[in-house]
Amino acid sequence: LAVIQGRMRVLVGVKRVVDYAVKVRVKPDKTGVITEGVQHSINPFDEIALEEAVKLKEKKQATEVVAFSMGGAKCQEVLRTALAKGADKAIHVEISDEDVSKLEPLHVARTLRKIIENDKFDIVFLGKQAIDDDASQTGSLLAGMLNWPQALYASKVETDGQSLKVTREIDGGLDTIKVSLPAVLSADLRLNEPRYATLPNIMKAKKKPLEKKSAKDLGVDLAPQTTVLEVSEPPVRQAGGFVDDVSTLITRLKEKGFVKA
Amino acid sequence: INCCQMRLSVARLFRASRQLNNVVNGKWTTTHYTIKDRSKDPRWADVDMTRVTDEYDVVIVGGGPGGLSAAIRLRQLAEKAGKECRVCVVEKAAELGAHTLSGAVIETRALDELFPNWSELGAPVYQKVTAESIGILTEKGRIPVPIVPGVPLANHGNYIVRLGHLVKWLGEQAEAAGVEIYPGYAGAEVLYNEDGSVRGVATNDVGIAKDGSPKDSFERGMELHAKCTIFAEGCRGHLSKQVMNKFELKHHEMSYGIGIKELWQIDPAKHRPGYIEHTMGWPLTNTQYGGSFLYHIEGDDGAPLVSVGFVIALDYDNPHMNPYQEFQKYKTHPSIRKQLEGGKRLGYGARALNEGGFQTVPKLAFPGGCLIGCAAGLLNVAKLKGTHNAMKSGMVAAETIFPDLESNTTVTPTGYQPALNQTYVIKELKACRNIRPSFNSSLGMYGALAYSGLFYVIGRGMEPWTLQHGKPDNEKLKKKEAAKPIDYPKPDGKLTFDLLTSVSLTGTNHEENQPAHLTLLNDSVPVDVNLAQFGGPEAKFCPAGVYEFVPSEADPNQSRLQINAQNCIHCKTCDIKDPTQNINWVSPQGGEGPKYNGM
Repeated sequence: LAVIQGRMRVLVGVKRVVDYAVKVRVKPDKTGVITEGVQHSINPFDEIALEEAVKLKEKKQATEVVAFSMGGAKCQEVLRTALAKGADKAIHVEISDEDVSKLEPLHVARTLRKIIENDKFDIVFLGKQAIDDDASQTGSLLAGMLNWPQALYASKVETDGQSLKVTREIDGGLDTIKVSLPAVLSADLRLNEPRYATLPNIMKAKKKPLEKKSAKDLGVDLAPQTTVLEVSEPPVRQAGGFVDDVSTLITRLKEKGFVKA
Repeated sequence: INCCQMRLSVARLFRASRQLNNVVNGKWTTTHYTIKDRSKDPRWADVDMTRVTDEYDVVIVGGGPGGLSAAIRLRQLAEKAGKECRVCVVEKAAELGAHTLSGAVIETRALDELFPNWSELGAPVYQKVTAESIGILTEKGRIPVPIVPGVPLANHGNYIVRLGHLVKWLGEQAEAAGVEIYPGYAGAEVLYNEDGSVRGVATNDVGIAKDGSPKDSFERGMELHAKCTIFAEGCRGHLSKQVMNKFELKHHEMSYGIGIKELWQIDPAKHRPGYIEHTMGWPLTNTQYGGSFLYHIEGDDGAPLVSVGFVIALDYDNPHMNPYQEFQKYKTHPSIRKQLEGGKRLGYGARALNEGGFQTVPKLAFPGGCLIGCAAGLLNVAKLKGTHNAMKSGMVAAETIFPDLESNTTVTPTGYQPALNQTYVIKELKACRNIRPSFNSSLGMYGALAYSGLFYVIGRGMEPWTLQHGKPDNEKLKKKEAAKPIDYPKPDGKLTFDLLTSVSLTGTNHEENQPAHLTLLNDSVPVDVNLAQFGGPEAKFCPAGVYEFVPSEADPNQSRLQINAQNCIHCKTCDIKDPTQNINWVSPQGGEGPKYNGM
């Protein structure tokens, strides 16, 4: 699909997650972590994706940025912030609180696909992973479903309007690829530094369109594929010990079975 | 999550270290623009400093119980009169309640007036006080104090609440009533009209680097203009401080305490919902004012929660005093240990509170604005309650401001203080006025108890004299040689904890790459005065580990101050207790600071 320069439409996924500075606690019944009353904010990687999309618009390479979120009623707060940071429109797929706790990347990918079926987008930009589940699956699942190229863990995005040149951060270093449109991208940490949501923009965001859709109307199956058996805190770190010299260290390591005797 | 959090903070460290450090030539250097004027700074020469403005009838700085009550009352009056009334609340916390910290046992009298049907509306006020006790602790023992009617700490008919949750609920009611609430934006600057009256406030700028230069993401704050601005920042609000100085509202320096609190989930077998206790005495000495609170409350999912805390007056004279450690020590007392043992600590936080009472309530109204709540010093320290007074003062302010909104451009609420004087707020404070200062004789606590017993419980505060507080809190510190160092036990990690573990429970954070919001009027004073004469009391009284004295890079035999602004939990103690008032707390970027949940 050739894209005329400056007419790209970008869909950005923004997830409402527990704020990264909050100390998370496991629920007494061990089915998950406590989220009630706990402060939430927009997933940091999604913020970076949104910033990149808005930058594309400011460089006149994209015409419209649409923010998308799937979850309970409070997702609206995250969408308002996205609108304040430069998104033109927002789509909220609202689901019941019970479904929220069982929501999986597969469901989100299916929903995104349905949205895209009815509404043409050239780029779907997600954060590389959500900081609550660290799943990092939605982008790849969606690309597979749509048969679109995927460029994940992007630390630099350039475009000439016909295709994208994306630099990705991988274990071995940097990987630069050419990606034809439409494509799925995911944002890594060093892609950009997101702008702040200024108060005037927060006020203006109230007037920007926020569309509500339901998973049922979109025909998305939310049946969970996995069951969480148990969530527990990591084991408490045991105190270490100091040794005086290398030979004692080797003895200790042998005693503990880390080095063959 | 851990991997990403680390990468997030490591990446931010990289970016921050590319900028100039706050430490110049081995000395901590304040870079905040309130100290280093930007109008003379070449780095700011080409930056557009214009701000977007908006007009309101009333702007309220601070979304706590006082500010929200004022906002709600204004909208209730507007609704009733069928009039338009634009009310805006700005709150520096990311969410309402995130910066709220209190015991708390409240009297519902103000809430009853604001929302007579608060229970049906689902207000999170449900835990009635069922049993109470007061005790004087000795190192191993406990002397019970009888609770007769009239004792200020008698709490029959009151409710134990998690104030942060109540604040959140008030916020929902306020929004439903049409108040515009903007959490995540701090009031950073007071704006004035040509005639010197208050015109409103400006919110904080964002995107200033650590070294004070503008970042690419720099954005100016917004100006919120109002006919009347209500300052509801809580105890030692930083804009309230400015306004009190500018309009010379104080006739007596305010006096304060620091309150440190933990939220625990205890062994269900030990839980007595509705039971509250207050203690005085150990581990404080006879002449140090302070004491503890311990409240058993049932969480909304039935969890056996205990809110436990310690308040220490900030007029203490021993510079080695460490309020956080005193609190940890207090928990080891047998009567306290037995309640908490086997439990799990869920939350931690701290906040300064007013103790000055009646003698230190300033003039409350000035051209274009007024002070309410703890910003006005309305907390009743004898009862250890400020919430009902904050709410009532907000409501009275609203009631006196509203009629004037139609006719005037700038409203000076001259009727507010006289009206407040007729209410229980000032009447209560007046009756209790001598209790706190009665502690300041050499008889200490026993003198206070005797005095209170005679003149308050029996005499109802009708004695014709008013005792004074004496010098301001910060001037009462003795030099370090003149005071005895205090030995604090090491934390055991189960009942008592180290400071930084506690700080991590607050969820506090600030963007690393911004000027430290703990500003110094003079960068040399911390080492030359605070450390040299007093042994560095800020490193001891800060409940968040913000201040440290570390070896200087310029000369390892010398020390310099290190300000870990990221740890700050906005308690304001440093602003109060710094011996020469060299520390001036200003607001950091909005949306930062602690993330308390129902504290």
